[in-house]
Amino acid sequence: MSKEPGTSVSTTGSRILPTSVSQVGTITKYEILNYFRSRRFFILLAIGLIISGIFTALVAYYGVSNVAPCLPSTCSTPALAFYSFWWGNSITFVIVLSGIFFGGDAISGEFQNKTGYFLVANPLRRSSIYIGKWLGALIASVIVLAIYAGITVGNGLFYFGANVPFQFVESLSFSILYLIAVLGFTFFFSSLFKSSSMSILVTAILFLFAFSLIQLIVANLVQIEPWFIITYGSGIIGNVLMDTYPTTQPIRGPGPGGRDGTTYAVTIPEGIMILLVYFIATAILGLVLFERKEFT
Amino acid sequence: MSGPSIEAVNLSKRYGSFLALSNLSLKIEGSKCVGFLGPNGAGKTTTLKIFTDMIRASEGKALINGIDVHVDKRKALSSVGSLIESPEIYPSLTPREALSMVSEIRGLPRAEKRKKIEDVVSEVKMEEWLDKKVGKFSKGMKQRINIASALLSDPDVFLLDEPTTGLDPRGMAEVRDIVKSLKTRNRLIFMSSHLLNEVQDICDEVAMIDHGKLLVYDSLSNVTRRASSDGGNIVEIELSREIDQQTVNNDIASLANVSVVERPDPKRIRIHFSGGIQNQEKLLLDLASMKIGMISFHPSTSALEDTYLKLIKDTL
Repeated sequence: MSKEPGTSVSTTGSRILPTSVSQVGTITKYEILNYFRSRRFFILLAIGLIISGIFTALVAYYGVSNVAPCLPSTCSTPALAFYSFWWGNSITFVIVLSGIFFGGDAISGEFQNKTGYFLVANPLRRSSIYIGKWLGALIASVIVLAIYAGITVGNGLFYFGANVPFQFVESLSFSILYLIAVLGFTFFFSSLFKSSSMSILVTAILFLFAFSLIQLIVANLVQIEPWFIITYGSGIIGNVLMDTYPTTQPIRGPGPGGRDGTTYAVTIPEGIMILLVYFIATAILGLVLFERKEFT
Repeated sequence: MSGPSIEAVNLSKRYGSFLALSNLSLKIEGSKCVGFLGPNGAGKTTTLKIFTDMIRASEGKALINGIDVHVDKRKALSSVGSLIESPEIYPSLTPREALSMVSEIRGLPRAEKRKKIEDVVSEVKMEEWLDKKVGKFSKGMKQRINIASALLSDPDVFLLDEPTTGLDPRGMAEVRDIVKSLKTRNRLIFMSSHLLNEVQDICDEVAMIDHGKLLVYDSLSNVTRRASSDGGNIVEIELSREIDQQTVNNDIASLANVSVVERPDPKRIRIHFSGGIQNQEKLLLDLASMKIGMISFHPSTSALEDTYLKLIKDTL
């Protein structure tokens, strides 16, 4: 009897079951197919294209030196200033939207829409479903990110030729790391709820408002470094595109009697650590929650 | 190798203070169809969900072919086709894609996959819809695809939760025929249903549950006999021509083991008789030899209904 690739000898009678890794691949494959057929993938793609279109129009209309000025005192390469303006200002927003669109209801939807009933009763581990769906969301998000990066680089090549600064490659790598952490987080929240709209709403509020607000309050009012907030860790994406990497610095309050303070800037090792810890912690928690959750 | 089996060992499920399933112990072995009956909230779906790892038992074990579902889910469910609570399929997928996904999860050889999918879709009469998106399907059409999914890997054990839900009368009849054909292929079918005539038509044995407790598990004829006031069985006979009261009173009522004969209408009689399956066989032969125009002979549906109502009432 011939053996299918990726199958194990876990048998009952004459049945050969694929390995869990192979089953993860199957879930990922059909999850991506599902995304490609869904409206949300194209809506996210359209949002990315609209943002790119606005930037393209701004640069074309006002001129690249006006939109992304490179002053001789602070800027050594105009190309870096361009990528900082374009990529540094917008990519975290695109990543957060990807997380909300693809991760917000990835697990809760299985309960609310009852699609989980079709999958879970099959001979595969729940962790295979979770990981497969997560990988599907990651690949779909990376495709959106790649298209967005392609448009950014396309404009960069048009204005500056093949002079793509290495910092952009670093920033792109950090963006993917941030995407991984965001998807880990959104999947965790998706496992927490059984209602799709609730999980999407909570993750959207957290990423679009709450984290930024908490970071602002903690850093400016409480005056402690917000190392425990994921969006603070994502600061490395924009910081690495600056001519001189920003550092944490004391500041003097304006005018007499003004309060002294500190402006916090996340370092690259700190940022990587924050994003990794967020991903690992939320991935484990989300997986445990999904394993324990009941289809009642 | 022994036949397929499912076994609930002291299975209990609590939701807070509510006991949905209480110490259920039930062992079903061999190729047969067992109807799982009980009122709403009795614990039927809870039991089936535990067997398919959709929920976890608070206590006890759920074994399929001797394998604990919660210890080795992959192995236990590799020989199970299930249909629990009308699942939804990703609306953007076609039946071919959805069934491909299931066949890949279950490790169907690639060479057989395409034909197997077409075969099961044909069995549920959905060939025309094989490449249309599921999102456009009616509830009944989705249910047919779910049944096709359960059949796909040709499993030994079928766990079906009200499989005819959402189907039109023709669809219901087709599903019954599918289940009947499974019995001839040495499969074990454990099927919950509210439809007593469906269970009567398809199943060999009946398990009744209420308030999470098993009330009875026995063959259909033994179960119906329990509720009968004279401890006997009831069969219903349909006739092609009218029968007069005199023949009923004199000829049929005097047959061996017959206690009561009712004539609800001129072309139908109900016979109460004592004894087991041998006496039922003898009665059938006797009636056939009388040449009264008998066109059907089957255990009374109302007998099962009477039993059901009596047992459920007793637990109130």
